Amino acid sequence: MSQTEISIKNLNLSFEKQQILKNINVDIPRHKITVIMGPSGCGKTTLMRCMNRLTDLNTQAKVTGNIVIGGRDILHTNDDITEIRKMMGLLAQRPYPLPMNIFNNVAYGLRISGRKKKRFLEKRVEHYLRQVNLWEEVKDRLKDPAAALSIGQQQRLCLARGLAVDPRIILADEPTSALDPISSQLIEEKFAELKSSYTIVMVTHILRQARRIADHVVFMYMGEVIEQGPAEEFFENPKMEMTKSYLKGMFY
Amino acid sequence: MNRRKAEEYFFRVLMFISSTIIIMVLLHIIYSILKAGLPHLNWDMISKVPEGGYYFGKGGGILNAIVGSLYVAIGATSLAFAIGLPVALFMNIHLTKWKKVVNGIRFLMDLLCGIPSIVYGAFGFTLMIFFGLRTSLLAGIITVTVFIVPIMIRAIDEVLMTIPRGLFESALSLGSTKSEISYRVFFKQSIAGIITALLLSFGRAIGDAASVLLTTGYTDYIPTSLSQPTATLPLAIFFQLSSPILEVRQRAYASAVILIAIILFISLLARILTYSYKKNKINY
Repeated sequence: MSQTEISIKNLNLSFEKQQILKNINVDIPRHKITVIMGPSGCGKTTLMRCMNRLTDLNTQAKVTGNIVIGGRDILHTNDDITEIRKMMGLLAQRPYPLPMNIFNNVAYGLRISGRKKKRFLEKRVEHYLRQVNLWEEVKDRLKDPAAALSIGQQQRLCLARGLAVDPRIILADEPTSALDPISSQLIEEKFAELKSSYTIVMVTHILRQARRIADHVVFMYMGEVIEQGPAEEFFENPKMEMTKSYLKGMFY
Repeated sequence: MNRRKAEEYFFRVLMFISSTIIIMVLLHIIYSILKAGLPHLNWDMISKVPEGGYYFGKGGGILNAIVGSLYVAIGATSLAFAIGLPVALFMNIHLTKWKKVVNGIRFLMDLLCGIPSIVYGAFGFTLMIFFGLRTSLLAGIITVTVFIVPIMIRAIDEVLMTIPRGLFESALSLGSTKSEISYRVFFKQSIAGIITALLLSFGRAIGDAASVLLTTGYTDYIPTSLSQPTATLPLAIFFQLSSPILEVRQRAYASAVILIAIILFISLLARILTYSYKKNKINY
C-alpha cells in the first residue's frame, strides 16, 4: 500500500447527546481517490468536515481523537487554522462562487496569501482555468460575474479556485450531485487526472460513480466505518455482510 | 364553482382591495402635500435663510433647515454605518457559533427599533445636561445616531442572514481569515442590501422630528460648527404649521415638499448606485 496522507485515529464526534461519528479509524492513501460512501445520514459528510475543521463552526459538536496530516495532528494544534484549511481544497455539493468576476474568483486565494502582482496573477489564473478545462470557455469574459456561468462551469471554477491555493488534498462532498451528466463526467475525468499530484477524498452516495473512479473505499453506516480497503477488493470481494447487501442495492 | 376556487377568488379580491387602498392613501398624501405646497414653493424658499419677519409671512426661506437636516442626517447615517456595519458583520461571521447570543442581540435591536424617537430625544437631552452641553448640531447627530443604529444593524443583519453557509465555508476553505471573509466576500455579496439599509436609516434620520426637538435647538442661521444649534426640516414644518398666519402655514407644506424631494433624490441615487454594484452578486 502506498503512503498514508491522512491518518484518522479513534475519531469520535457527538452533537449534543447524539453521537454522530463512532470511533473512526481510517487511513487515506496519498495521490489516490478515496471514496467515502454510505447511506444518507451515516456521517460521511461530517467526517469530511472534521478534516478541514469546519466542525469548529459548531460549538455543540464535541470532537475527540486525532487526524494526522503530514506528521501533525490537525485537531490538536495551535497552528494557524487558515494554514490547515489551505492544505485542503473543498468542493461542495453545489458550487458557491464568490461574489466577484471570474478572474477574481481564481485570484482570490492568491491575493489573500499576499501574491498581488498583476502579471503573476494573470499567469496563474490562466494556468488553473486551463487545468479544469474552463479556459477556452471563459477566456474572453474573465471580467464577467461568476454568476453568469452555468452550474457545471461554476463547479469547475470552484475547483480551479481551490487548486489556486495550492492544496495537497482535495475534499469533495458529493461534488456532482447538482450537475448534469456531462458536467459530472468532466469533474470525474478531472479527478482522475488530478490524482497524480493531489490526494482526493470524495463523499458520494452514487454507487456507480464510486465504482468508476475510486481507488480506495471507506464504507460507513450509522456513524461507523464498516469496511475499508482498495476499490477492487471492496467491490469484487467485500468481507462484511452489510457491505455485500449495500453493494447489491438492498438499502440506501 | 367549488370551494377551492371560491377561496382563491376571495383572497385575490382581498389582496387587490388592500393594495388599492394602500396605494390610494399614499397617493392622496403626496397629492395633498403637493397641492398645498407646490404653489408656495419658490426659489427663495430653498436659497435663503429666514429674513426679518419671515415668521409673519415676509421674505426669506428655509435654507437653514435644509442644510441643518442634511448635516444631521448625513452625519448620523455615516456614524451609524460606521458602527452598524461592523456589528452586523460580527454577528454573522464571528458569532455564528453562539446562536443564542446572536438571537439575544437581534431581540434587543428589534426592541430598540420599536422605542419612539421622543424617548431617544429625552435620553439625548439628559446626556447633554450631564455633560453640560447646549443644544447643538453635535448633540443632534449623536442622538439621531443612537436612534438609527438599531435600524441600520438589523437591516444589514437581515441581508447578511440570507448569505448561505456554503459560501462562508467555501471562503474558509480557501484559507481566508474571518476579516477577509467580512470585507471581501460578505460585504460584496450584500452591497445592494447595505445600500438599502443606508437609505432606510437616512430616511428615518432626516424625517424624524422628536429626536432633534430637544437636542439640536432651532436657529435661523446655518451652523458653521458642530457646537452651534441648527434648524431641521421636520421642526421647520412643525413650527410653521402651528403658526396662526396663513402664509407661514402654506410654507410648511412647501417645506414638506422639499423634504420629500430630498428623500426621493437620495433614493434614486441609491438605486442607481445599487445597480452598478449588483452585477457581481450571486443569486443562490
